[in-house]
Amino acid sequence: MRYIEPHAHMVSRTTDDYERLALADCRIVCEPAFWAGFDRSSAQGFFDYFRQLTGHEPLRAAKYGIQHYAWICLNPKEAEDLVLAREVLAIIPEFLDQPNVLGIGEIGLNKNSRNELAVFHDHVALAEKHQQLILVHTPHLEDKLKGTRIILDALREHPGIKPEQVLIDHVEEHTVRRVLDAGHWAGITLYPQSKCSLARAVDMFETCGMERLWMNSACDWGVSDPLAVPKAMREMRMRHFSETDIQRVVWENPRRFLSAARHFIPVEPTS
Amino acid sequence: MHSQEIFMNKLTVSDHYFMEARSKLLDLAAWIDRMQRANGAADHRWHGFSDCLPILTDDQPEKTRRILEQLSDPTAEPIDQAGEKGASGAWPGNPSRGN
Repeated sequence: MRYIEPHAHMVSRTTDDYERLALADCRIVCEPAFWAGFDRSSAQGFFDYFRQLTGHEPLRAAKYGIQHYAWICLNPKEAEDLVLAREVLAIIPEFLDQPNVLGIGEIGLNKNSRNELAVFHDHVALAEKHQQLILVHTPHLEDKLKGTRIILDALREHPGIKPEQVLIDHVEEHTVRRVLDAGHWAGITLYPQSKCSLARAVDMFETCGMERLWMNSACDWGVSDPLAVPKAMREMRMRHFSETDIQRVVWENPRRFLSAARHFIPVEPTS
Repeated sequence: MHSQEIFMNKLTVSDHYFMEARSKLLDLAAWIDRMQRANGAADHRWHGFSDCLPILTDDQPEKTRRILEQLSDPTAEPIDQAGEKGASGAWPGNPSRGN
């Protein structure tokens, strides 16, 4: 069954992973800008990274028949240095016209600090100005609930951003309803330990429904599984979800949200 | 907010997940044994973990959500500065634990 991987850091993965994704019938990969595992020392470092996301990576994906899209931002882990953050924000607009760019992301909070919040507001204002979709990262573990509350409050301060323009990612059982009740889309990240297991993701579909929800692997340079989404599809089948419902979560929902992005033009399969 | 039909009965859920849950239960017990054998003082992670255990055996629903909330930072204001990038999995500032 065809599916969209809506969150994967493919610059950290090998070509073998592209092949595995293609064999699993992944048709589209979306790659948010991310932390490299160390802090970049200059805006030029981000500029080169954005070139990689918008120029090089789509070509690598295309060799396996996969469409590659990107989100551009300075991630919250590097938002503590406000001077650098604002230098990076200044170069983002020139990348928003690149043909594979979906919007601003993954912005958000990491440790819920004042500077992270200030840079989050700056990114949202940029999205408002350029009418972009937003992909939001919520913090890890014990910081997630507080960070999600702060993010939801912060988004309400930007009347130019409609709730349906925003996907809030890495939701878990204690945050998913808040996000959906605020009118946003919600992403469930399938991680072996630190986020959500396959079974818990399907539990959330059973308890919250499937409206405005998607799943992703968020595979990167850490412990993560690029095939987490097809494995969750198998889990749904085991629980007797219909093929229509599975397709809704892994194709129709991400397609609906992303279709509001100016550059998103999915190649529709003939069968 | 429930909108999805639940397709499995309790026996089916046990058929699919009991052995996995049994294995995780034993790993949990073994970790507690290991912690109790270890020397020195435990930190906030052990206390946070211990505070969650009663949730497993009470008769209330939504145990996953409540455990996640129990382990979460309950404060509302942003912190002054992000000193580190990582998270430990349990909020270290629980005043009732004196740490």
